[in-house]
Amino acid sequence: MRERHFSCIVIGVSAGGLKALTSLFKSLPADFPVPTVVVQHEKADSGDLLAEILDHRTALSVRTAEEKEKLKDGVVYICPADYHLLIEEDKTLSLSVEPKVNFARPSIDVLFETAAIAYGKELIAIILTGASSDGAMGLMKVMEHGGYSIIQDSATAYSSYMPEAALRACPDVDDILPLQEIPSRLISLCRKGSFCDR
Amino acid sequence: MSFSAENTDISNENLEINLLIEAVREKYGYDFSGYSRASLKRRIKKTLNESHSTSISGMIHRLIYEKEFFDLLLLDLSINVTEMFRDPLFFREIREKVIPVLSKQSSIKIWHAGCSTGEEVYSMAILLKEAGIYNRCQIFATDFNEVVLAKAKQGIFPISNIKESTKNYQKSGGTGSFTEWYTAKYDFAIVESSLQKNILFADHNLVTDGVFSEVDLVMCRNVLIYFDRPLQNRVLRLLSDSLSIGGFLAIGSKESIHFSGITGEFEKFSHTRKIFRKK
Repeated sequence: MRERHFSCIVIGVSAGGLKALTSLFKSLPADFPVPTVVVQHEKADSGDLLAEILDHRTALSVRTAEEKEKLKDGVVYICPADYHLLIEEDKTLSLSVEPKVNFARPSIDVLFETAAIAYGKELIAIILTGASSDGAMGLMKVMEHGGYSIIQDSATAYSSYMPEAALRACPDVDDILPLQEIPSRLISLCRKGSFCDR
Repeated sequence: MSFSAENTDISNENLEINLLIEAVREKYGYDFSGYSRASLKRRIKKTLNESHSTSISGMIHRLIYEKEFFDLLLLDLSINVTEMFRDPLFFREIREKVIPVLSKQSSIKIWHAGCSTGEEVYSMAILLKEAGIYNRCQIFATDFNEVVLAKAKQGIFPISNIKESTKNYQKSGGTGSFTEWYTAKYDFAIVESSLQKNILFADHNLVTDGVFSEVDLVMCRNVLIYFDRPLQNRVLRLLSDSLSIGGFLAIGSKESIHFSGITGEFEKFSHTRKIFRKK
């Protein structure tokens, strides 16, 4: 057992995302000690609605990510539709309109790969419900950089495809959890001076 | 414990990338040092994988000795937009608010800074045609990459993008038939040649070159997002200096002029998109 400190959470989610994210964030306190960055697959013209809804429904401060923004503890950043979202090594956000990755823009892989480089073993990455294999490669990169990996138990997912694809790519994932158990795991992992066995 | 003077603040990979950027700058004059790193790194690694180079250091050797390899890298470092009328509501603002103002002038100059493969330039040309002012317009379309510039000049796009472009055209307020603006041939759509008449394609690098011309509208969307703050400020200064009084600056919907020195020189012109008017 050794002390482990986490500084950032990244989440990838697709079909069934609004419900899953609402349920997850509802169970996190307003003073949650790390920033959370979310890629939700959306239509190109869906605007900033998701962040507004989640901000309204949860205690956390949820907003649409802006380029060059410095990540702040307790804030949830949602990727704007039709842009890729990247995390820089100086812990600021970048946007890009590079071609789609896995038929998706935003792509979960792009966020996870850059987050893995920026945060290394201080990162927690979560794959939730979705009907895409986007994120599987990214989660692998997170693990290669020593980050902590969580996949939603596909039995509790609206669409099991994405969690299953991630699990096939990352059989050594740290946790497979039902959706309702993810918040309490995050709270205990992110508590200052928390211990975990890997 | 090591007693060497090794600098552990920088990862080996970042050191290699810094050296690659330096080699590109010294050898070919393109300066990527002010680019946002995460995206640049991804694109360099894409070239690394696809070109079967041994390492980023190995790429440095190749780009010095093989011009063709550098051309390949440069293409990967350029961002290519894939459809016409991207962000249709932006084009609706141009159609309904900006064009009526420009129409009052006897001659109109428009600059697409960082035009990439030209989709946006031709979208604009269609708007100007439909407004009946195309013949009074001079459009400059510039990019630093001669390969994408040549593509833009050709005006040939994959037919697979046409469905999306047609939908966007309609959402932008287009009431005509989009098919009038291109000819389908095999897997490609060739833009109607009259759209090209007043477009001048030219090589220009926003990072290293100066003011291009005095124009009435600058279009520079989703270019600034790839730059760090100091470079953004420098380029915004250049764009402002290229605009006549009363001219328009259009940037991407997620870009901003807030943190730059030019904020005071502009007033907000659109409430929904990033279109500013020079005071």
